Amino acid sequence: MSAKAAAFAPVTPPLWLVAELTYTCPLHCPFCSNPLDFAAQNNELSTADWIRVLKEARGLGAVQLGFSGGEPLTRNDLEELVAEAHALGYYTNLITSGAGLNEARIRNLQEAGLDHIQLSFQDSTREVNDFLSSTRTFDLKRRVAQLIKGHGFPMVMNCVIHRLNIDHVERIIDLALDIGAEYLELANAQYYGWALLNRDHLLPSRTQLERAEAVVAARRADLGNRLRILFVVPDYFEGRPKRCMNGWATTILCVSPDGTALPCQAARMLPNLAFPSVRTSSVREIWFESPAFNRFRGEAWMPEPCRSCPERIVDYGGCRCQAYLLTGDIGATDPACDKSPHHGIVLAAIAKSEQIREHPLRFRSPDNSRRIMEASGSRTDFE
Amino acid sequence: MVKLNASAGQILLRCDGMRSMAQIVAELENAYATTGLAADVEAFLKFANDKGWVERVDR
Repeated sequence: MSAKAAAFAPVTPPLWLVAELTYTCPLHCPFCSNPLDFAAQNNELSTADWIRVLKEARGLGAVQLGFSGGEPLTRNDLEELVAEAHALGYYTNLITSGAGLNEARIRNLQEAGLDHIQLSFQDSTREVNDFLSSTRTFDLKRRVAQLIKGHGFPMVMNCVIHRLNIDHVERIIDLALDIGAEYLELANAQYYGWALLNRDHLLPSRTQLERAEAVVAARRADLGNRLRILFVVPDYFEGRPKRCMNGWATTILCVSPDGTALPCQAARMLPNLAFPSVRTSSVREIWFESPAFNRFRGEAWMPEPCRSCPERIVDYGGCRCQAYLLTGDIGATDPACDKSPHHGIVLAAIAKSEQIREHPLRFRSPDNSRRIMEASGSRTDFE
Repeated sequence: MVKLNASAGQILLRCDGMRSMAQIVAELENAYATTGLAADVEAFLKFANDKGWVERVDR
């Protein structure tokens, strides 16, 4: 534990391991959380590497395991990894688009001990779902939902929410009820990577957001425990930053397809942090000793206005990725906070989203990823 | 993610679909050499049921 972190809270083990097994995905959603340069990453960890990571993280005390991606079902060793994780005592969650989940695989996953499935939809309508994912997957997802419930799995339906579908929130809730989901995650888009690239298209207006919030409140009151609705904070509109990842490297350990260990899925584009790899370091070394994981623990790193702000223990200064992407300074106060001297950037983005869009949506495809890398080197300018 | 405190953990550990509420209370009272836990256990299990962490099984 670093001396800097000691004043804030002791470093405790990771509780939640996010295993991004692959960046391969048949869908091309323009708000994907994968990095813009995902097409440059093709050196995936082996099954044996993953099993070692699962053991090491469980050894430290991690209890929850999300298999994510890309589409984790594109890995044909998924069943083997689930079986290993189950034997180790994890609560295992498959985070999927549904593509690739058929009767045989779900039976094998159940036998392997899979506990829970999160299924994404992009909208409540076939047209918008299929447009946003650039695939004909809406009907497939509905069949997959039947498969999931037919096997008795608990199911979260996830839908990323943005300008193009936020007015459908009522029908998205109806879809969740219709497919038998226990939870619905209305995940207001978080503006990193592909979503930031397409922010002018995706950021809803304040009026749209307020209308959606009213719908959610009314349906929650009406539905009670039949369907639990999570409404992910739309931080651009809140005036306060989110407590991102429950604090930098406090709870969640993310391992990306090539083995790079991160405090969150978006962090790999942060400069000068030299994120360690599970290929060359143990999970214990990475979590407790690596400079990158210790960099924003505690409060010694905080600038003003965070340093003297009583809310610094509530939001930990917000999100480092957002601070870097919007201000260029990784150590700045998250500009989602209205106390940030850079909050105008967020307000300007909201204002700009009300205007006519000048260029089309850029879908998350390997071709677009390569084009972006060629055009801009390592970083794309969004100003 | 929800992190339980120790007593909540001890209650949920015993929710296996087989033990009755009365058995769970009796086991806990025995384990902690105390009495009168029924109301607390019932209140917590109602809360846990509302959260969807457990469900009542009739046997």
